[in-house]
Amino acid sequence: MRFIFKTEYQQDIRLFRHGGQVFWYSALAVALFLAPWLLPDYYVSQLVFIWIYSIVGLGLMLLAGYTGQVSIGHAAFLAMGAYTEAYLQQLGWPFALSLACSAIVAGATGVIVGLPALRVKGMYLAIATLAFGFIVEEAVTRAEGITGGNSGKSVGALDIFGIPIDSELRFYYVVLAILVLCILGVMNLLRSPTGRAFVAIRDSEISAQSMGINLARYKTIAFALSAALTGIAGALYAHKLRYLSPEQFTVLQSIELLIMVTIGGLGSIHGAVFGAAFWIAVQQFIVLAKDWLPPEIGQQTGLQPTIFGLCLVGFVLFEPLGLYGRWLKVRAYFQLFPFYRKGMFKRQKSYMKSERLK
Amino acid sequence: MQFLQLLVSGIAQGCIYGLIALGFVLIYKATETVNFAQGDLMMLGGFLGLSGTVALGMPFWAAFAATLVIMMLFGMLLERVVLRPLLGQPAFTVVMLTIGIGYLARGLVTMIPGWGTETHTLPVPYKDEVIRFGGNGVDGGLVISMEHMAIVAVTAFLIVALYLFFRFTRLGIAMQATSQNQLAAFYMGIPVRRINMLIWGISAAVSACAGLLLAPITFVHANMGFIGLKAFPAAVIGGFGSIPGALVGGLVIGVIESLAGFYLPEGFKDIAAYIVVLVMLAVKPSGLFGGNLRKRV
Repeated sequence: MRFIFKTEYQQDIRLFRHGGQVFWYSALAVALFLAPWLLPDYYVSQLVFIWIYSIVGLGLMLLAGYTGQVSIGHAAFLAMGAYTEAYLQQLGWPFALSLACSAIVAGATGVIVGLPALRVKGMYLAIATLAFGFIVEEAVTRAEGITGGNSGKSVGALDIFGIPIDSELRFYYVVLAILVLCILGVMNLLRSPTGRAFVAIRDSEISAQSMGINLARYKTIAFALSAALTGIAGALYAHKLRYLSPEQFTVLQSIELLIMVTIGGLGSIHGAVFGAAFWIAVQQFIVLAKDWLPPEIGQQTGLQPTIFGLCLVGFVLFEPLGLYGRWLKVRAYFQLFPFYRKGMFKRQKSYMKSERLK
Repeated sequence: MQFLQLLVSGIAQGCIYGLIALGFVLIYKATETVNFAQGDLMMLGGFLGLSGTVALGMPFWAAFAATLVIMMLFGMLLERVVLRPLLGQPAFTVVMLTIGIGYLARGLVTMIPGWGTETHTLPVPYKDEVIRFGGNGVDGGLVISMEHMAIVAVTAFLIVALYLFFRFTRLGIAMQATSQNQLAAFYMGIPVRRINMLIWGISAAVSACAGLLLAPITFVHANMGFIGLKAFPAAVIGGFGSIPGALVGGLVIGVIESLAGFYLPEGFKDIAAYIVVLVMLAVKPSGLFGGNLRKRV
């Protein structure tokens, strides 16, 4: 177990707590840099999906995990980003500009969706975002001039400053670089006063307000940033799939994104990445398992929802902090070996808290 | 006449929304959690009814009653096994749990032999019968299909029965007390946890009832539970937490949807409910029948 002896205040907000972290994250960075050369193309392609979903997860984590505002309409922002990128690229805009525009368009939509958040909260907000998700889904189907409607829209290959990103290898590095920038951005944000305000709002709106935090302002910022991150992911998603159609951005997809971050572990940046990795890995696992399972089970279309449902129920019941929580426990076990006790992370016993005022 | 015709089919559809919303509201009032698996409970009810009538060859109304009883037990089991361990956890945790249950139900249903991914027709004794009002008895006038009549009649019956139950029985009054103040109810000697279990049972049975009534119109299939997402707007419009509100909200959504499908351009039918709920949230978040929305610190 490492005890950090703090001698200055700067140590509280450092991105890396101690040398060990620097070492391990550098090792991870090297591994990820080398990965596309060592892995077959198919796995590289799946890694790209993981990075893209991690960016979405980051956006949703910022909103649901750190600000405590539930959104069941995040696929709408993904759609905004994806279609903006596809449309602007068609017009011949450079990637840097169109990516920024995707983020801005999605972010602006996020502000609009965030408006109900200023008046309603909790369950009502979830339903407002759900309603918004349905409306965007329908709008995307109807706006055939921009989105191609139900027949879909194909997206051209990426081109950055004259360098064509035509291979999976090059695209991998582009997505990885954007993911790293996004993670650093969110980490930076979370140690700034804005990030602290988000966490304060999540923990208690009333005490946050008493501390002088402008709820309306910070909730709007949270929605905008979250939507913008999702918009960036959407733009990359468009280039990854090279073909967009409205059924990729349904409300079901929004719910799946929410499941993804919950399984990853709400309230941690690791959780966003873990959740995305889990999501893709399980899907691949199901594809592989189909070959060696007996066909009565393997060929069932319901296999995937069943497994996701089971995982979600299992995590909520037994591991509320998700994969990240499990990772913390495993780490603590080895750091403290042999002094780990079973009850160290026990969920605090709590009683039914009523939110009603009567 | 056209308008009346739309109104009638809207009301019938609205009753279904109302029944599902009623399921939400019962659980929300009692336990302050929102059950996202309500639509999937409805789907299970539809499939059970199917098995009862087709596979076991029971008469329709016997299968109907059996389904309600089985679903009630299932709802109680669900509360006891998965939800009770989470008592006192944040609302979001419970919401995610119910989403997971919904996923699980949708996936498992496709694996059960005889249910599967296909759409099934639930044979009902009143199929394809219509009642005509006005006109010359053959065409013209208002035509109401028996499926719609059955929905409205059973919903009305169920509402009256629930009203009488909550108003006049010991158990119903205990449930009201629990939903008003759990702690006080507990001090009065009401077994709050057992009451919550019963509430889940009733809510599941009400949803199953909606599923059985809807089945002749939309068929039975694994994804029929998505209609539950349309019942959210109904519950919000009624004010989440008001039983008559849920029904009125359902009727409002059903009628608006039906009218929007005819008078507005294509595409508005599916999103009309959501536009209405957004307007409602912006204008009067507490809903038509809702109480105050203030929150305890």
